[in-house]
Amino acid sequence: MAVVTRPAGDAVGLDEQEMLISGSEAVAEALTLADIDVVTAYPIRPYDTVMQAIAKKIANGKLVAEYIVAEGEHSQFEIVKHASTVGARVFCGSSGVGWMYAMEAITVTPALRVPMVALVGNRALDDPGAFGVEHNDALSVRDLGWLLVWIDTAQEALDTTLIAYRVAEDRRVFLPIAISADGAFLTHSQTITRVPPPERVHRFLPAYNRGDLLLHPDNPITVAPQVNEDWVIEIRRQNDEAIKRAYTVIEEVYADFRHTFGRGPENPWFEEYMTEDAEIILMGMGTLSLPVKVAIRNLRQQGKKVGLIRLRWFRPFPYEQLARALRQAKAIGVIDRDYSFGSPFGSGVVANEVRAALYNAEHRPPLIGFICGLGGREVTLEDVNKAVDICYAAASAGRAERATYWLGVRE
Amino acid sequence: MAHLTVEVVYRGIFQKNLAARITRGIVLSSRKAGRWGIAFGRYGDSPQRNGIPAKDFAIVADTKEELEQHMARYEPKELHVTICVDDTLCKGVESWAWYGLQPINRLLLPGGHLLVTSTRSPSELLRDIHRKETPYHLWILPGKASFSGLWVFKEDHTEARALGALAKIAPEFLDVDAVCAAVQEAEWGSGLKAESARKAYERVDARRIQVSEGNDEVPFSFEKPKWWEMREGLTIPAIPVGKPVEGGKGYRPERNPYFKKFTTRTMRPVVNFDTCVKCTLCWIQCPDSCFDVTPEGLYDANMESCCGCGVCEAVCPVKDCITMVNEAAFDDNQSQWEMWRQDKDAYQVWSTEKIRDKVTTERSHGFRYRGQYEEELAVGELGLGGTPVADGIPGENIKRKGRHASVHTDQSTSIVTGVAEAPGA
Repeated sequence: MAVVTRPAGDAVGLDEQEMLISGSEAVAEALTLADIDVVTAYPIRPYDTVMQAIAKKIANGKLVAEYIVAEGEHSQFEIVKHASTVGARVFCGSSGVGWMYAMEAITVTPALRVPMVALVGNRALDDPGAFGVEHNDALSVRDLGWLLVWIDTAQEALDTTLIAYRVAEDRRVFLPIAISADGAFLTHSQTITRVPPPERVHRFLPAYNRGDLLLHPDNPITVAPQVNEDWVIEIRRQNDEAIKRAYTVIEEVYADFRHTFGRGPENPWFEEYMTEDAEIILMGMGTLSLPVKVAIRNLRQQGKKVGLIRLRWFRPFPYEQLARALRQAKAIGVIDRDYSFGSPFGSGVVANEVRAALYNAEHRPPLIGFICGLGGREVTLEDVNKAVDICYAAASAGRAERATYWLGVRE
Repeated sequence: MAHLTVEVVYRGIFQKNLAARITRGIVLSSRKAGRWGIAFGRYGDSPQRNGIPAKDFAIVADTKEELEQHMARYEPKELHVTICVDDTLCKGVESWAWYGLQPINRLLLPGGHLLVTSTRSPSELLRDIHRKETPYHLWILPGKASFSGLWVFKEDHTEARALGALAKIAPEFLDVDAVCAAVQEAEWGSGLKAESARKAYERVDARRIQVSEGNDEVPFSFEKPKWWEMREGLTIPAIPVGKPVEGGKGYRPERNPYFKKFTTRTMRPVVNFDTCVKCTLCWIQCPDSCFDVTPEGLYDANMESCCGCGVCEAVCPVKDCITMVNEAAFDDNQSQWEMWRQDKDAYQVWSTEKIRDKVTTERSHGFRYRGQYEEELAVGELGLGGTPVADGIPGENIKRKGRHASVHTDQSTSIVTGVAEAPGA
């Protein structure tokens, strides 16, 4: 990870270094800056690139941390869960079926109020054996109390990792966060990324303080006793309150990130691209923003007013913010890089979440779900153009002819 | 507004680090002039397996927005430069998600540049490189294919020399001074490497290739089925049982018609049928079932399905019976057994010549003992890759079988590989 010897261009962040790094390496840079204490590893592509990058950091003396190679993903997630309860800042991650194999450990993590950060290098769920990106792996935990965020660039990978620790470790939240990075497109692509100095990061990210929840001889507590119907619903209600509080905390943390580093988005929840005057708004998560943005630039030259909302935070879901952002649209097209078989309208997960978010809205434009780019297939400019044409037809008819389309499938 | 798109076609695992360093070097060099860039690989199942053709890409552009414009594809479809770091890949690239055989120059723009590391001449390479509908330039960087392993890197300056050559090919994007500076500053860099880059810049030369030049074979391709044409339940028809040959005395297995594998080969086995003891080990151990059983009970490696892994050579108990030979030495996929049956003396001459052709027959997969690199530098010119080194994978057991005089004679045995190596290693 060679340093590009070139000063950053503007005044803010002059103390930042430029590096040519992949999304995975950017996460490892952030983990080094966050000075994590315990990391567990078990290889699966594409997450393994993060694990390798961290191992290299430790081997090179850049990071002092316990690096535990587990015998499988279940143990990987169990180990960090326990380490976190004794006060360690922890990191873990997986991909696809590896993430699914850890499911039991993943399920119980939010209830224990473990503020861990995990990276999901999004990958199709085998079988069929495949390595390419699909979002179903991370989305499988959407109802369990994990905060879920999708990233788009190596820079966002670095920044979001720092933000994730700050949000998760805020005592008002104390829930785990999974950061999703599209396999190959982000995990394996190296771009020029700005890395802030440790002093600045330390100002932004205070030490992990578990307070009265710390498992320690000086603070004798029992974690996770057996409970039955007398207790469970109250515990779920606590989690519900914590994830609701995350709305406020996330807003605060992004504001402080901008204040500390002089960059970062105004709107934490989603990126809006050319939406001010957009008649058609496309939506999606992760790196598919790239072909969509390029297609939008081309369509704008033809006079077509199209914009993009790239969703970052999926949990907590920014339903109020989205309803506001979508209120001018004449039609909405949601591109899902996931599937939800047997779901309402046969749509993908994101499309149906957006539908639900708009149910109470005064303005409910036609919404069309597109399922595209599964298994790492390219979302082409032609796919995007086709989606825009379908949206325009729905806009002029005032209703969508069909609720869901599959794009880029051989038929 | 300008951009440069480059692909590096390499052998999976063996050249993974090499390709990544070249593409990183492109972005780091062009950043010196304030350009933006991306270096990336695309992976499927195969590209990260031993020897399988794989690709890395680098795109650099004047502005971030222009970079996005050219990044917005799964992988680039139009290239200014293709860098091929193993000249056996000039036969074509297969298994990149199974769409048939891609000629090495297929994605080049008209007037584009193909840079090949090779010890062969342009006319020799053009026997393999398919014809193209537009002219392009062929550049040769003298040297053997630089092979190492998954976690190691062969520090033979190939990446620096490729970057130096690229500075000659695309000076408007990669200034040679910027390349040398980037090479020196990189975590794998040194002054010596920067010097290698500059030498390559000064020496590399191009030949313009006309539309009439090259291999006129039509590359095979396949139509992929539609979703409703495919069987359900992730099932595919099994490959049918093979057919008896010559009244049941021999046997030829059926093979996958959609996945030929032979472009995955950087070496191929040459069989001495006269010394074969019919032990069946090659036939049983071959991971690709590539051996046809001949009516005499011999085993003929079928070049339509051999991927060149070298297992047969490794398991063969007979000295000099199976030898892995550089794929570049062959122009076709003819049956060796047919040749042998037709004219045993002629086959003997042919196979001996193939095996003896040292410049092209040897592949080194990294350094096996301390000081080997210095030895190679001292003996040969840097630009030609130095002394041929006989041990490696495949062919790791060459010395144990007692053939090929080694560059070092006084041998002890490595505790790691069990392979004989130089004292003081």
